Amino acid sequence: MQRIGVFVCHCGTNIAATVDVKAVAEALGHEPGVVISQDYQYMCSESGQELVKNAIKEQKLTGVVICSCSPRMHENTFRKAAASAGLNPYLVEIANIREQCSWIHKDIATATEKAIILGRTAVAKVHLNTPLNSMESPVVKRALVIGGGIAGIQTALDIAEAGFDVDIVEKQPTIGGKMAQIDKTFPTLDCAACILTPKMVEASQNERITIHSFSEVADVKGFVGNFTVKIKKKARFVDETKCTGCGLCTEKCPMKKVPNEFNMGLDNRSAIYIPFAQAVPKVATIDPNYCMMLKTGKCGVCSKVCSAGAIDYKQQDTFIEQQYGAIVVATGFNPINLDKYDEFAYNQCPDVVTSLELERLMNAAGPNGGTLLRPSDKTHPHTIVFVQCVGSRCDDEKGKPYCSKICCMYTAKHAMLIREKYPDTEVYVFYIDVRTPGKNFDEFYRRAVEQYNVHYIKGMVGKVTPKSDGKIDVQASDLLANEQLHINADMVVLAAAIEPDKTARPLATMLTTQMDTNDFFTEAHPKLRPVESATAGIFLSGACQGPKDIPETVAQASAAAAKAIGLLCKNSITCNPCVAHSDELMCNGCSSCEKVCPYGAITYIDKEFRMPDRTTKVRRVASVNPAVCQGCGACTVACPSGAMDLSGFSNSQIMAEVDAICK
Amino acid sequence: MNKNLKEQVLRSSGVNVLKCMRCGKCSATCPSYDEMEYHPHQFVYMVEKGDIETLMKSESIYKCLTCFACVERCPRGVEPAKVVEAVRLAAVRQQGGNHLEPTDIPALLDEDLPQQAIVTAMRKYAK
Repeated sequence: MQRIGVFVCHCGTNIAATVDVKAVAEALGHEPGVVISQDYQYMCSESGQELVKNAIKEQKLTGVVICSCSPRMHENTFRKAAASAGLNPYLVEIANIREQCSWIHKDIATATEKAIILGRTAVAKVHLNTPLNSMESPVVKRALVIGGGIAGIQTALDIAEAGFDVDIVEKQPTIGGKMAQIDKTFPTLDCAACILTPKMVEASQNERITIHSFSEVADVKGFVGNFTVKIKKKARFVDETKCTGCGLCTEKCPMKKVPNEFNMGLDNRSAIYIPFAQAVPKVATIDPNYCMMLKTGKCGVCSKVCSAGAIDYKQQDTFIEQQYGAIVVATGFNPINLDKYDEFAYNQCPDVVTSLELERLMNAAGPNGGTLLRPSDKTHPHTIVFVQCVGSRCDDEKGKPYCSKICCMYTAKHAMLIREKYPDTEVYVFYIDVRTPGKNFDEFYRRAVEQYNVHYIKGMVGKVTPKSDGKIDVQASDLLANEQLHINADMVVLAAAIEPDKTARPLATMLTTQMDTNDFFTEAHPKLRPVESATAGIFLSGACQGPKDIPETVAQASAAAAKAIGLLCKNSITCNPCVAHSDELMCNGCSSCEKVCPYGAITYIDKEFRMPDRTTKVRRVASVNPAVCQGCGACTVACPSGAMDLSGFSNSQIMAEVDAICK
Repeated sequence: MNKNLKEQVLRSSGVNVLKCMRCGKCSATCPSYDEMEYHPHQFVYMVEKGDIETLMKSESIYKCLTCFACVERCPRGVEPAKVVEAVRLAAVRQQGGNHLEPTDIPALLDEDLPQQAIVTAMRKYAK
């Protein structure tokens, strides 16, 4: 026979002013199984909790109902109190008579009546409660960082600093990401390479960090604390352990007409290449699409000149499998493709470039050795037009609906650097709004206007027309002067919108994390949990979560590292015991639950069953991994045969609650 | 501000002028900009303010070529040419109805021309 205790809280006047708490306690005292029913001013207070604990001991209670505020507030408080009195914490139920009753009603009679019904419902449920025990799941003390840009590097360094092993998986032959391609950084104008490359070296020299360059994540299994990840190491046809990075092969390689992606295709590299001088790891990679030896079997020059004997034309893709406790996603961004923007003549005219291309054109390690020259005829440009918001803030299928956030600042930077270095150059910036929230950001933009005399024009460029004399006609509107302008320009720079890397979407599927419609990873809470994904153990770092500049990226990278460290510090994690489980005898193997599970907690297994006629039969049945299940209950609703049930919220408990309300 | 007129222009154009972010790309792209007293971006803004009678009196409504460059280029999908057309239609209606019987239109349709351009041309030049 159940012995249930009911405790009705006044919550000062929060509840007692609208609900007759004495009447509620009195009415619930007559419910079947209830042996004690009390009211008290503040049930959550120390003495209120004592009341509950003493009742559990003296009355030998088998279940407790607290009529109080939302379980979000104090369910944990009362569960702990029950546990300290020797009662399983999952035998405590909360009837929410504050948020769902006293706060939303005015009439005392109806509010009291409703409070009694809510209490009765909780009593009906607690009759069917069973003791639940939290499972412990071990934590593998190793983290995986996906993406080796500044976000991934910072996260890895911070995790390693805390004493945990970290692996970085980077799909390019070197880490460094977009920041390695940038010339200067705003608003301080310090050299990007000078502050990034020491970090790259630090990452490569750190004993706790393993860099898997030219590699991709092929498969992810498991759950928080215990992920199993398969990493594909793409064949680079060079033995990483032997290559010294001397670069002789890249000099001698006869195939030199390969578009250099590090310089945005503005110059060429050889078929065997090291992306840039400070690459980490500094190891050559053969591009199989251009290598004569790999394509036709005739050449082999690199192999002949390599004194280390590192060239291996027979190298294959290899796979490694590794266990991780936490995964940090740092897949970054790319500028969008501008093929659809015919009006800006990006594909017709080599002197119309994107901002990232301009970074390379101005960089000392770029195609012109740091002198800004027009790509078409290598002459100095004297009039340069910048166009902002190309593809950002667009409501059509060509662009992106969001503000790319970084363009206003880097355009001001470009304009300023050009005016500084080439004072005879006129610089025009067409803007819709200049957005400069950030420390020292607006001052920076004002400097471009006031000190460097950059012409900021409120309006948009409508049409860019390359002319036969090599100049470019830029037709634009000046909204403040209310006129249409024609500028005879030498170069046009387009501030292209940024978008998440294309590899992010398939990765999100592997990680069972959520993305928004723009393929940015969704954080667990937009304000209060900004670096965690909704999937336990997966953290977000940098621009994969939304457009960000370098300081914000680094801040988020360290925050993600802190969250990952918090997880890795634990030897084991306590799992929520309110998880789904399937009745294997009722399960018909339909896979409905597997399809609706947002966490990938359900798998199907073939299991042997003894049949009534003493034969055995192999049946396909659902199996829930309790460490992955978050207890959302989607599977219990989807299951057509009623085999899926959620501990703590079982179908029978919910029906008992409904019956109690309808009584 | 004439509320009924604004309502009529918004309804007949089918344009949500509130989507405009004031970038001015419509006016930047307009080939008859210099001919117009009020420019495409001003049409959108003045319709939003309800200042439609000023536009109806301006010759600008007959200078729009209905080339749809502004519609094509607008990053927000506002379709300024349709606003200009709607103001033009309001002016035409005020002057005593269409010059063309609707039944005559099908025979004049040409697949290569935007339908709106033909109707506009007929309104301007028929009779």
